[in-house]
Amino acid sequence: MQGFLAWLASLPQLVQIPVVIAIFLVVVGFIIVLIEVAPRPGKKYTWVRLAIAVGVPVALLAAFGLQKSVAWVFLLGAGLGGGLFWLDARSRKGQGRLIQLALFTSPALFLLVVGLVWPTIRTMVSAFMDKSGNRFVGLDNFAWVFSAGGSGGLTSLINTIIWVLVAPVLATGIGLVYALWVDRSRAEKLLKVLIFMPMAVSFVGASIIFKFFYDYRQGNQIGLLNQIVVFFGGTPINWLQGYPLNMFLMIAILIWSQTGFAMVILSAAIKSVPAELIEAAQIDGASAFRRFINVIIPTIRPTIIVVWITISITSLKVYDIIAVTTAGFNNTSVLGYEMVRQFSLFPPQTGHSAALAMLIFILVIPFIAYNARNLSRERR
Amino acid sequence: MSITSVANSTRRVKKTHKALSSPWATAGAILIAVVWTVPTFGLFVSSFRPAADITTSGWWTFFTNPNVTLNNYAQTLDFVSSGVTIRQTLVNSLTITIPAAVIPITLALLIAYALAWIDFRGRHVVFIAIFTLQIVPLQMLLVPLLKLYTGGVTLAGVQIFSGLGANSLGSGFAQVWITHTMSALPLATFMLHNALATIPGEVMEAAQIDGAGHGQIFLRLALPLAVPTIASYAIFQFLWVWNDLLIATIFTSGRNAPITKTLADLSGVYGQQWYLLTAGTFLAIIVPLCVFFALQRFFVRGLLAGATKG
Repeated sequence: MQGFLAWLASLPQLVQIPVVIAIFLVVVGFIIVLIEVAPRPGKKYTWVRLAIAVGVPVALLAAFGLQKSVAWVFLLGAGLGGGLFWLDARSRKGQGRLIQLALFTSPALFLLVVGLVWPTIRTMVSAFMDKSGNRFVGLDNFAWVFSAGGSGGLTSLINTIIWVLVAPVLATGIGLVYALWVDRSRAEKLLKVLIFMPMAVSFVGASIIFKFFYDYRQGNQIGLLNQIVVFFGGTPINWLQGYPLNMFLMIAILIWSQTGFAMVILSAAIKSVPAELIEAAQIDGASAFRRFINVIIPTIRPTIIVVWITISITSLKVYDIIAVTTAGFNNTSVLGYEMVRQFSLFPPQTGHSAALAMLIFILVIPFIAYNARNLSRERR
Repeated sequence: MSITSVANSTRRVKKTHKALSSPWATAGAILIAVVWTVPTFGLFVSSFRPAADITTSGWWTFFTNPNVTLNNYAQTLDFVSSGVTIRQTLVNSLTITIPAAVIPITLALLIAYALAWIDFRGRHVVFIAIFTLQIVPLQMLLVPLLKLYTGGVTLAGVQIFSGLGANSLGSGFAQVWITHTMSALPLATFMLHNALATIPGEVMEAAQIDGAGHGQIFLRLALPLAVPTIASYAIFQFLWVWNDLLIATIFTSGRNAPITKTLADLSGVYGQQWYLLTAGTFLAIIVPLCVFFALQRFFVRGLLAGATKG
């Protein structure tokens, strides 16, 4: 595997794309062939099934680094494959079914376990260890976060909470009002695209756009915001220096980028409000504002919540905006950024870093729990 | 999710409900649209002004004193940062993005098909579990994954995974591809499952009666029917990977850095070199913008179907 990756890396970049995709698709094609063959009846296919069950794990283990211990490859591979084959042979719903299922699901399940579940557990453990990762220190890392003197921990937690309180509400609110205002207006399409476009722009790009907008200097201003201040007779302000103003201006970048998302989804929801409802309200003499408050908002409430939750989660994890605008200086750090910064210190503060990641995780839980509950209810 | 039902009903309800807009509302909307567009426009105009002009006078003076040049772009493309030119970092971005979109979508299709059409115990639980995995913030994964890629796994004294090569950080893109694949799987599985599950059961049964196994049904029936959803999700994944900074920061270095990482670096080190930053930013966002404008329909449909990266 290492040899293959080294060879791949030695190719020109643009050649790597087709090569890696072609090899990947060949492997997937092979998996699909095995899926097709596995459940066929007949004695011959029993042997085929056994070969698949044992052969695949052995081949994988060999490819991914057990080259040095051939005995282990065969022992582990035969154990795993043999177990699967035995379970499959006993399956009441027909032989080959289990092998088929394993072939369909195991690539993704394996990556989910290795790439998401296992690292999550590791980070949870690290949060209670010192920076070497070997000594248990209890809640010391969390105590560090909450200690006022800690270098950035508490600030980043407070800031993150402010981000989550401010950004989603404003982005959703502006998106909702905008969706309502452009609804059925003549230039609806164009007006929507203008707000929506920032969704395609990276946070990095957005941050640079706004850094330029907020620019501060002596003499001639080149940032529009300061030019406006000067135009009204004020003195230019170094926007990104003073806390908490700098933080709110950074939050504005997130709002700028997320409002389009809110607008598109809420616009679709508004359009799906039954016409009869609105007409009935009209006949009752409700003003446009009343119709909005009493008819439209209650009808699209579930969509508003989903949008608000989605933007909340984005705000909780924000990293890029801080990295590009202030690099966490002037008290602007947030959990998502501070976590990376603690890890890139020398020596890496893995304990602090893990504790900060844990806090993001804990703060995200209620939002996803709400989504998962909805989903679970819908599927019943 | 309620959004899905919204998407479906939108197409249906095109009937009259009286315009909620008034001239005032339109004026308000135009005001917001102007506020939203001006910062980008300012940077865009600046990228065509001579380097000296950008830092001495505001971009709005361009309209009284137009002075156009493409020099910024020419210089930026050849500007060397951490041993690579910006031109090369754009190629890197592409090299990272395409496999990082194809691989997770394919793997998610496989598992989504099984979750939708193979009946097994615990199917519901597995599906909810995968959906819930979106909860995990990227920040939880970075450090353990970095250790995994460089150090491998040793179990009871036996190395069962030898890492991706000792110098992997300096050589290949494998780390970035794999990390993006892993982090994309929950959402991709969720979306593609929703698409595959809506195939009518009779169609699937008919295929099975005709003697097709799951392999054939997957390739010949499920895959073609899921193409619109695949397209929507592919655009998302493309934009998401292209625009990513965090994974790129941790898992690429020097020669392999994508444009976002290089720009973020430049913004720190050359924060006042606006000829670089203006042109660089536009080079970075031109690709996603093209994708966005060309495939806007799919993009919006994906959004409405719940492609909201958590």
